[in-house]
Amino acid sequence: MSSATSNAANPAMSMISRINIQQYVVYVGFLAIFLFFAIVLKDSGFLTVRNLSNIVLQTAPITIMAIGMVFVLSAGEIDLSIGSTVAVAALSAAVTMNAYGMIAGIAAGIGAGVAIGLVNGLLVAYVRLPSFLVTLATLGLFAGVARSLTNLRSIPVTDSMFTGFFGSGSLLGIPSLIWWTVIAIVAGHLIFRETRFGAHVLATGDNARAASVSGIPVPRIRLAVLVISGALAGLAGLLYAGRLQAAKYTLGETDLMTVIAAVIVGGTLLNGGKGSIIGALVGSLMMGMLNNGLILMGLSVSDQMIVRGLIILAAVAVSLREKLR
Amino acid sequence: MNTQAPVLQLKDIRKNFDAVVAIENFSLDIYPGEIVALVGDNGAGKSTLIKIVSGVYGPSSGTITIEGETVAMSSATMARSHGIEVVYQDLALADQQAVYMNMFLGRELTNGIGLLDRKTMISETEKLVKELDVRIPSAHATIRDLSGGQRQGVAIARATRWAKKLILLDEPTAALGVAETAKVEEIVQSLKSRNIGVLIISHSLDQVFKLSDRICVLRRGKQIGIRKTSETNKNEIVSMITGVN
Ligand SMILES: Nc1ncnc2c1ncn2[C@@H]1O[C@H](COP(=O)(O)OP(=O)(O)OP(=O)(O)O)[C@@H](O)[C@H]1O
Ligand SMILES: [Mg+2]
Repeated sequence: MSSATSNAANPAMSMISRINIQQYVVYVGFLAIFLFFAIVLKDSGFLTVRNLSNIVLQTAPITIMAIGMVFVLSAGEIDLSIGSTVAVAALSAAVTMNAYGMIAGIAAGIGAGVAIGLVNGLLVAYVRLPSFLVTLATLGLFAGVARSLTNLRSIPVTDSMFTGFFGSGSLLGIPSLIWWTVIAIVAGHLIFRETRFGAHVLATGDNARAASVSGIPVPRIRLAVLVISGALAGLAGLLYAGRLQAAKYTLGETDLMTVIAAVIVGGTLLNGGKGSIIGALVGSLMMGMLNNGLILMGLSVSDQMIVRGLIILAAVAVSLREKLR
Repeated sequence: MNTQAPVLQLKDIRKNFDAVVAIENFSLDIYPGEIVALVGDNGAGKSTLIKIVSGVYGPSSGTITIEGETVAMSSATMARSHGIEVVYQDLALADQQAVYMNMFLGRELTNGIGLLDRKTMISETEKLVKELDVRIPSAHATIRDLSGGQRQGVAIARATRWAKKLILLDEPTAALGVAETAKVEEIVQSLKSRNIGVLIISHSLDQVFKLSDRICVLRRGKQIGIRKTSETNKNEIVSMITGVN
């Protein structure tokens, strides 16, 4: 008798525990902000196709970096260095491209990201230094490198094939930046959700000891997520260089907070074990929309920063509440 | 019964953590289908011994032989590849993952194109927990949402799923209620018929006497002795554990 009752109650219970409110916060938040701007800014051009597609184009580098950050955070680490990786990658690509052509430039940009990821990853995975400190240090270090690389000068990117491929071009009527976003999201989601590697990333961030005694190569996972993050930050650098047709040391400087906010709002836990690529995409679009809307509303730069800071605070609060539940 | 070769032979095992000697001069053979209980007071070195066998710690000296082959076990993966499974005292479960992902932790099944085969993992998990009568809401449940006993059930189910030769159980019933304890004891006994060796740590002498074929006593890292369960009694074991008679 009692077992019959519990059988009936259990599926319902598990349904409830699977539908977890936090997963939906980002969608609700996205819709709320969208509706808010659609109403408040309906005469300022927020709802025009041009403006909306602009939002998506502008957030492409953020979305790409957010994918890397989902992997890193889910593995229980963090990568603060993306803020300066973007500029180093873009400058490396621009300088190399102007001397040796497009392919070499692309390789240099991605290569710079991978190299920075390797430095972070080796120190975190094998020297066992905390990723927060390692990547804080490399953030500063490579910000310096970006500045000294070209003496603070902006480097023009004129290769039209490159700027088409990574910036203003389009294929089948769809802008290349959207292609990049879609490809990265689909690949990222598949790898994160549907492969053993993704499962191992989550297990590592959830309980590194359990992962380790279960035969998961924890150090290699930590190295891998930081390299992925570096490579994607490198790609983000190429996208900036392609869209702006120039590389400068300031590229990506203010992106770190936006990326982390997008990822956390999207349901990825700061302390590992849980993440969502799709959530990060929605979080990233939400951040882009917020930027766009606040500008259209005529808020000053300082007010924009305050509002964004408050949103991030709220996001982190929700994230930690979930963890402590 | 002991005409077969031992599954596991430990010889002169010693382990120190810097100045602390956690285990010394430890020797023990475990045969297929045999249940050996490891007893001793807190800090006697029982968990350390299990972690040496499972490959979490390398022994400072001594040899480990599995089915006649001397192994240098430096990693948990190596132990598992030898068919040894462990239920750790501090459960090695990933709290925020689903039961079925924990059941296959580090050994996830994939389909032809390398993507996770959740369907098979879920159905195998459901079958297994049903067989072992582990009462969890579903294979999808998150470990964090389970009770201590349910978690222990998952950990034991996982070990029995994968073990081929030996299961090491570190206080498997410490957190369990009466019915659940009986269930775990039943599972442990059923391993006998699968010819799997068991090394079980327990503070409950009742349980030790109910389950084991032999009892091995540790006191402050020293092996005090091994007794056949049928040829000893609680008084003797207690005095061996405490050193008082
Ligand atoms: N990683 C470690 N580093 C240093 N000392 C350790 C470590 N692990 C165990 N020890 C020490 O080794 C000794 C044996 O510990 P162990 O955990 O094996 O005891 P135990 O018999 O399992 O006790 P309990 O019944 O409380 O679980 C203790 O003195 C403990 O402090
Ligand atoms: Mg112990």
